[in-house]
Order: sequence, then C-alpha cells, then structure tokens
Amino acid sequence: MTRSLLTGNAAAAWGARLAEVDYVPAFPITPQTEIIETLAQWFDSRAAQGRLVTLESEHSMVTAAAAAAATGVRVFTATSSQGLMYAMEMIYTVAGWRVPFVLANVSRALASPITLEPDHTDILAARDSGFLQIHCATCQEVLDSVLIAYRLAEHERVRLPVIVNLDGFYLSFTREPVEIPEAETVRRFLPAFDADGVEFRASRPISQAVAVLGGSAYSYFRYEVHLASLQALPVYEEIAVAFEKEFGRSHPAVEAYRCEDAEIVFFMIGAFATKAKDAVDRLRESGWKIGLVRPRLLRPYPTEALQRLLIGRHAAVVVDQNLSMGKGGVLYSELASVLYGKAGAPVLLGFVGGLGGRDLSPEEFYEMAKLARDAAREGVAPEPRLLYTSGEMREIGKLQAIALSERREIGDRT
Amino acid sequence: MSEGAIRSMKDLPSTHLLGAGTAMCAGCGGLGALHEVYDILGRKTVFVNAAGCMTLLSVYPFTPFRSGWLYTSMASAPAGAQGVRDALDILIAKGRLPTEEDVTAVVLTGDGSAYGMGLSATSAAIERNLDFLYLCYDNEGYGNTGQQASGATPHGAKTATTASARGYPGYKKDLFSIWAAHKPTYVATVVGAEPLDLAKKIEKAARLKGPRLVIALAPCPTGWDFDPELAVEIGRLAVKTGVWPLKEYADGQVVHTRIPHPRVPVEEYLKLQGRFGHLFEPRRNEAMLSEIQAQVDKYWDAVA
Repeated sequence: MTRSLLTGNAAAAWGARLAEVDYVPAFPITPQTEIIETLAQWFDSRAAQGRLVTLESEHSMVTAAAAAAATGVRVFTATSSQGLMYAMEMIYTVAGWRVPFVLANVSRALASPITLEPDHTDILAARDSGFLQIHCATCQEVLDSVLIAYRLAEHERVRLPVIVNLDGFYLSFTREPVEIPEAETVRRFLPAFDADGVEFRASRPISQAVAVLGGSAYSYFRYEVHLASLQALPVYEEIAVAFEKEFGRSHPAVEAYRCEDAEIVFFMIGAFATKAKDAVDRLRESGWKIGLVRPRLLRPYPTEALQRLLIGRHAAVVVDQNLSMGKGGVLYSELASVLYGKAGAPVLLGFVGGLGGRDLSPEEFYEMAKLARDAAREGVAPEPRLLYTSGEMREIGKLQAIALSERREIGDRT
Repeated sequence: MSEGAIRSMKDLPSTHLLGAGTAMCAGCGGLGALHEVYDILGRKTVFVNAAGCMTLLSVYPFTPFRSGWLYTSMASAPAGAQGVRDALDILIAKGRLPTEEDVTAVVLTGDGSAYGMGLSATSAAIERNLDFLYLCYDNEGYGNTGQQASGATPHGAKTATTASARGYPGYKKDLFSIWAAHKPTYVATVVGAEPLDLAKKIEKAARLKGPRLVIALAPCPTGWDFDPELAVEIGRLAVKTGVWPLKEYADGQVVHTRIPHPRVPVEEYLKLQGRFGHLFEPRRNEAMLSEIQAQVDKYWDAVA
C-alpha cells in the first residue's frame, strides 16, 4: 500500500487499473480526459493489461461498453455532462441489458448556457435509468468506490451497471493524499469477472436485449431491474463491510458526520459536502448540535438508512447542487418523499446552490443553520430558494451594462 | 471476383438456418436476402441489430436465429459490433477463450439506420478497421414505421411523408460510394432475387478480414405497394433495368458483377409498384419517367 497525491481523475483511473479492467471504450470530454489519457498510457506501457478504443461519440462508447460486457469482459468507461446526455439513450437501454460495468461520471453542469464547471444536474438526469449511482466526496473515495462498484455491479443478485460520480474540477483536478492498495489485496476483495454464461460464444448461442410485445412482458422486465436495484442496497452493505475488513476504510451507503446528538443536519452529496463538514466543525465549536448526512448511494435510494438518520432531528437543510426546472432541487423532493407522514420527521429546508461550480461560502452554511433553527422553533420551513448574493447580482448587472454599451457602440457604427 | 466454392446455383446451400414464422411481411425482400446471407455465413455469428423491421425477428421468448443476437439502438449498431469484437479479441489474446468459440459480428440494419442515423457510427467503425460484416436491407424508406421517406428513397417515389404527385423530391443517397470512400476491405450491393451473385459476394466477404459492408436492395410489398408474389420479379427487374447495379468494391477498385445488356426500360420496374403509380395514372408523367430513365442511362454510360 502506498500513499500518493492523486487527482480525482487519477484516482478513478487507479480504481480501473486495480480492478484489472479488460476494456475501456472512450471519448474525451472536459473534465474527464485525464482518466482516459492515464489509462491509455498504462495500457501502452504494459503497466496494465487492457485495451482502450476511442469511439466517435459517447452514444457509441456506452453501446460498445455494454456490448463488450455482454461478451464477458470487465469494462470501464468515463464521461461527463454533455457526453452523458449524448449517451443517455444507451444509458437507459443498457441498464436493461443487465450488463455489469462501471462508468465514472465527472459531474459538470449542462448547457445552456454551455459551461465547464460542475453541478449534479447531469448525473441526476440518469437517475431513473437503472444504473446504480455512487457519489464521492474525496479522491480516496473515488478509487475505493470504483472497486466497490465492480463488486456491486457483478453481484449475482444485482447485475446492473454502476456510475461512480465525482465533481468536475473540485475533485477531478484536486490532488489529495490517496492510499493505493496492493493489487493482491484488491484481487482478494474483487475476484475476476464471471459472466455466468451470459456472453456470446459459438457453442452457446444466446439472444440478448431482445424486443417484447405488449405491456405485460415489458412491465415484467422493467420491474426486474427495479427489484435488482433494490437488492443492491443489502448487497452494498455486505460489500462495504468486506471492504472495510480488507482495506480499513468505511464507506457506508449513507455517511453520518457528527450526527450523534445533532438537532440540525445538512443534507448534501458530492465534494461540496466537505464544505458542510467544515461548517459543522465550526458551528459545533460555537455550541451548535449540528451534523451532516451524506448519501453516497443515491440509486438505489437508501430509504431506511435516511429515515433512521433523520427522524427525530429538528430540521434538515437540503442543499441541491442541481435544479429540476419548474420544481426545484431533486434531493429535496426525494428526501421529502421518504419522510412524509413519519412522526418525528424534521422540518425540511430546501436550498439550490453551487450551480455551474458556484462556490458555497462558510457564511452561507451558518446562515442556513440559523434559518433551520428558526424554522424548527416555528415548525414552518421557509420557501426553497437559490443561494445567490446581492454582490453576485450586482456583478451580473455590470456585465449586462457592458453588453448593452457594446451593442450600442456597434449599433452606432453600423 | 476471386474463386470460391460457389460457382453455380447447384452450389448454393440446400439447408436453411433461419427459422420460419417470423413477424416479417409476406414477400419481404429483406428477409429473403437475410436467409441467403445467413446460410453462407453460418452459425458462428452474432447479429448486432439496429432499430428497424428486423428488430421484430427476435421478440421474447422467440428467435429464428441459431446464433447470437444483440439489439442495440437505431444509431449505434456498429459500436455494438465493436464492443463484441474487441471483447472476443481480448479474451482470445488473454487465453480466456478458445478460438473455436469465436464468432463473427454481423451488423444488421435497415436503410433508415445505414443511410442516416447510423452513418457516423459506421464511418468510425470502418476508420478503426473493425473486423465485422454489415448487412443493410434497403427498402428505401422508414419501413417499420409505415414507409416514410429516408435518405435511401428514390426520386419520385411516393411515401407516407411524400404523398404528393411529385413524390420524393430528393435523390437516393449513394451509400455504396460513401462507404467505399472510406477504403474498407469490401463493399458490395446484392439483391435476394439474384441468389448466386449474392452468395458469391457473401462467401468472399466471409473469407476476408476488416470492415465488409453489403447493401441488399429489399423490395417491400407493403412500403412499395405491390403484391407479395411479385417480390422476386421486382428484384430481378431492379437489376435488368439497371436501377440497382450489382457491384463490389475491393482493393480500391469498383467492379460491376452484372452489366445488364440490353437494359430493360425503367418503367417496366416502376409500373409494378404503387409508389410510382402517380407516374402512370391518371396520365403518364413523361417528364419524370424520362428523368428517371436518363439518370439510369447516365450511370451506365459512365460504367461502360
């Protein structure tokens, strides 16, 4: 075991390398490129024994990934944002093929306007696809989650593809100390992929991904995917225990940070949750009973764990780094759905923040905590809102003034 | 054409691999071509399918195939073939699969995918020199959805989206030349109504490595509006009139495997099909008939 400074992208590549992946269909997109470049170099230098093939689109990339998994090899691939959207037809399609493989998504906000920095609207668009989703907050977690993801995807009770999500820039390009486990230890935790006969062989012809006629057969197969996804919850817990035993690191489906006596909790996913941890530490120093609840597993949704961790709290502050147009934050709605009607459910406060990489300041966390305390006292939550300052609004006003003045100047000349 | 085992009709396989009772229409020219192709290719194949009529060949829990099948999407069947081929190559290279378990990836799509949505994926598969076979059954329209006009629809043909007296205003895309411009191992046109020509080409393609692409003209009783019993006749007339040139591309050369001489007038082919009925009724559209004939003549003048 060695400890190195790795970016989130390099950690994802190390995860794939240690999983001894056979095949990596690829297509470049910022901020994911370092993952496929790193793997390509390792394959070229024979540091790892795999094959990387560049497809002409993410749609084809996901098709090739799933077709290779359907032929019995261990497959890794990676994309981000617009790439995930371009592949979306196949993301939904191949989950129904029940092929296990792992896709690292480096979260980046979606157009329009086109941008490079992160939020979670891209990955949440894949929410209902049948892919399982693991969300990471640190570079170590990225490496570990890729290994966990293979064991989960390939488990006989699951057989579904998994997305490991890491935030663009904040994780993809940030170096953190990461323990790189020994190959032998990983092999003990993650044995070679056994396709269990679901593969294309001359002597054993099979049809995969065939059509159905009528809602009855369709409902049957779709519900099978749902049940397999639900099965992934207990299976995940087993795997997390095995992982901790082997590597000494704990990665529960839901992380509860300083929640023991917490009356108020922040509720977040991804890298910005580490900002919430920092705020929790500082607020605790000032005497607040406050913590953080962070789902790592978002599909399947860890309903019971969340109910256990949230019921009895006074208030929960959900910070959604995504936006469902015309509705609001996705995490907020989902959490509300599992707490509704439960005695002792906390007051839920909804905030949308961090869109397109917009930072969250410590002061904003303190302010949200105060609002949560007031809401708990009054038993009424304020309306969900966007985290956005008057200073930012002034800056936008300035940009608009410049744009207007430029337009007038051009107009004067023409 | 280099010499294979098939030289005359007597050499064609007498047993048939593809099962009967499929959901295809009576007289389907695409199914006829698939039968003939499959008999030559044999069981060591996996068909990688794109959305189209033939997606309905394998409907749970039935299939007429005695080999593998993978439905992908309308746009990405060649990428599916890439994944299958790469996986098999990796397994063989790593000693995890005996070579006798290897299979050939065969992309099976209609013209809607081949001429349009799937063209980018096909172009890239050729560029990567993927070892695969592509069979396009070309019924000159989006047949499975009711014969709307596609990039393969011929000039003047009436379709569900070009039902006016002019028919389809565009011209059939030259997919053979587009594919050949990529310099793949092999490209050919075939029609099920000329089984010997088809068999020789598929036999040749099966012996080669790399990208091998075949377009089968697929007379379509429902989409072209003719009686199913005329399917073979219409296929033959497509060749005899010169509307569907039988040819192949290999080693940088295009060779015509049949030069119809003398050529039957094009209207003998057109008048059997309801989709061209407006060229004859209520009165002959001489201008368009001449234009279509002139296009065919111009093509063959350049060949001679």
